[in-house]
Amino acid sequence: MASRSEVHPIAGAADVVKVRQVARSWALELKLSLVDQTKLVTAASELARNTLDHGHGGTMRVEQVENGLRRGIKLTFEDKGPGIPDIAMALRDGYTTSGGLGLGLSGSRRLVNEFDIKSEVGRGTIVAITRWK
Amino acid sequence: MISFHEVVKKNEGAILSAWIEEMVKGVRRADLMTDTELKQQARELLGLFAKAAESSSEAESEAFLQTREFLREIAKSRMDQGFTPTETARFVLSLKQPIFHALRDALKGNPSDLVNEVWASGNLLDRLALFTVDSAVEFRDQVIGRQQEEMLELSTPVVKLWDGVLALPLIGTLDSARTQVVMESLLSAIVETNSQIAIIDITGVPTVDTLVAQHLIKTITAARLMGADCFLSGIRPAIAQTIVHLGIDLVDVQTKAKLSDAFAMALSRMGKVVVARKPAAGMALGSKAKDN
Amino acid sequence: MERIPILKLGDFLLVTIQVDMHDQLAITLQDDLTTQIAKHASRGVLIDISSLEIVDSFIGRMLANIAAMSKVLDAQTVLTGMQPAVAITLVELGMSLSGIKTALNVERGMEILRQFSDQSYELQDANGFQE
Repeated sequence: MASRSEVHPIAGAADVVKVRQVARSWALELKLSLVDQTKLVTAASELARNTLDHGHGGTMRVEQVENGLRRGIKLTFEDKGPGIPDIAMALRDGYTTSGGLGLGLSGSRRLVNEFDIKSEVGRGTIVAITRWK
Repeated sequence: MISFHEVVKKNEGAILSAWIEEMVKGVRRADLMTDTELKQQARELLGLFAKAAESSSEAESEAFLQTREFLREIAKSRMDQGFTPTETARFVLSLKQPIFHALRDALKGNPSDLVNEVWASGNLLDRLALFTVDSAVEFRDQVIGRQQEEMLELSTPVVKLWDGVLALPLIGTLDSARTQVVMESLLSAIVETNSQIAIIDITGVPTVDTLVAQHLIKTITAARLMGADCFLSGIRPAIAQTIVHLGIDLVDVQTKAKLSDAFAMALSRMGKVVVARKPAAGMALGSKAKDN
Repeated sequence: MERIPILKLGDFLLVTIQVDMHDQLAITLQDDLTTQIAKHASRGVLIDISSLEIVDSFIGRMLANIAAMSKVLDAQTVLTGMQPAVAITLVELGMSLSGIKTALNVERGMEILRQFSDQSYELQDANGFQE
């Protein structure tokens, strides 16, 4: 039950910054607490960078979602990159293919209430996160 | 064909007295409710039920709105009085027998109609009984929610012990929601008061399990990131044992048995000492820390 | 090209991060800082992030790198002014930045840097040789 949604491209480093600003303004609009805002924006930043670095770019859709009385923000990151062969492995702390810290996926999962990942090798990856108010 | 609402309407008086008789024998809790009150509730409910059944046999329909509201009231007042949800549901369900008896008498010659009407009225009463259970659960949830909020507000006092030293005496069980509130209020107090040292005292925390320990470690780590040191005090011997048995790693956490020990450590970390007042120096203040 | 300014204050270098950094800017800062430490033989680096609203794992790693690199160049790094919400988020993310010294504000941070530099001079005097 999305009341409205927007789609933003993630094609370059500047878009990662843009994604953070979009996530922040939606979180502000929903009046999330400062800590929850920060968690959502940080998770968005991690996932946008994944989309850019591993998925060779893609999009982020942002929407406001409802579940009974609760409202939340759902961010969906989609790319048409190489995909992830072993999701369980990719979700482990410290697992990295890029020489980073390996906290992008596993860490952002801890920052949100709902985390959903679908990936197909050769087709791309979709990561959806939701933070409830 | 005669439908059950007509039978109920015609025999309302008889059904009511049979119902009350039934309840007095079985379901009633004389210790929680007087006969007068019980009769009053029964009469009103049967009246609403008979009226609503004239236009509908669906418990969720508009016609039963008043009945449902009345049942909500009953569910709430009975819960306050100490009834269990089952007892409230049985109050509604015990109306079945007198109605069925009345139907049996009215539809003697027509077994197939009898079965239909027994089914329809029985089904309706089941729904209404379940509705009282739902209401009871809803009220309980409201109570729990309100208590949780009150507890959160009550339970996070951050106190200033000295210039630059904060204490957070924790009392009660720590769960995730509460820890988040505790964490946030401690960290913002650190910024507001510009305190370099914060003491988390867990004397009032009944048990420390792996999860609680994790929450505490997270808080302490976050404080360190901001540039404040966090000590943990009030660790009772039993809790020290649990911590070791569970294999919780508190290596990076500065711990002390008592709040006073932690406070003394905080003062010395800040380069302050507590000196006894000299008997001669009448004007000097009591045991006050003095710059080193 | 956009750059974060680095201020030189005696033996120390001072950086205030105020903008929402994109990744390249963070990498440039890392390069600039190490170059400056080596050039001025700085004893300490203070990075103030009090106006930073988020620190993700990339920026976190950059900060950890700066601390590690300056240690190799014998300079102490202090990170100051991290906001509570940022700290909580970093901990949840799984970054504790355990190798970095922290302070509540710039003032406290400068004290720590001075202590560090005094200590190491004392050490040099006592041993009678330069490290």
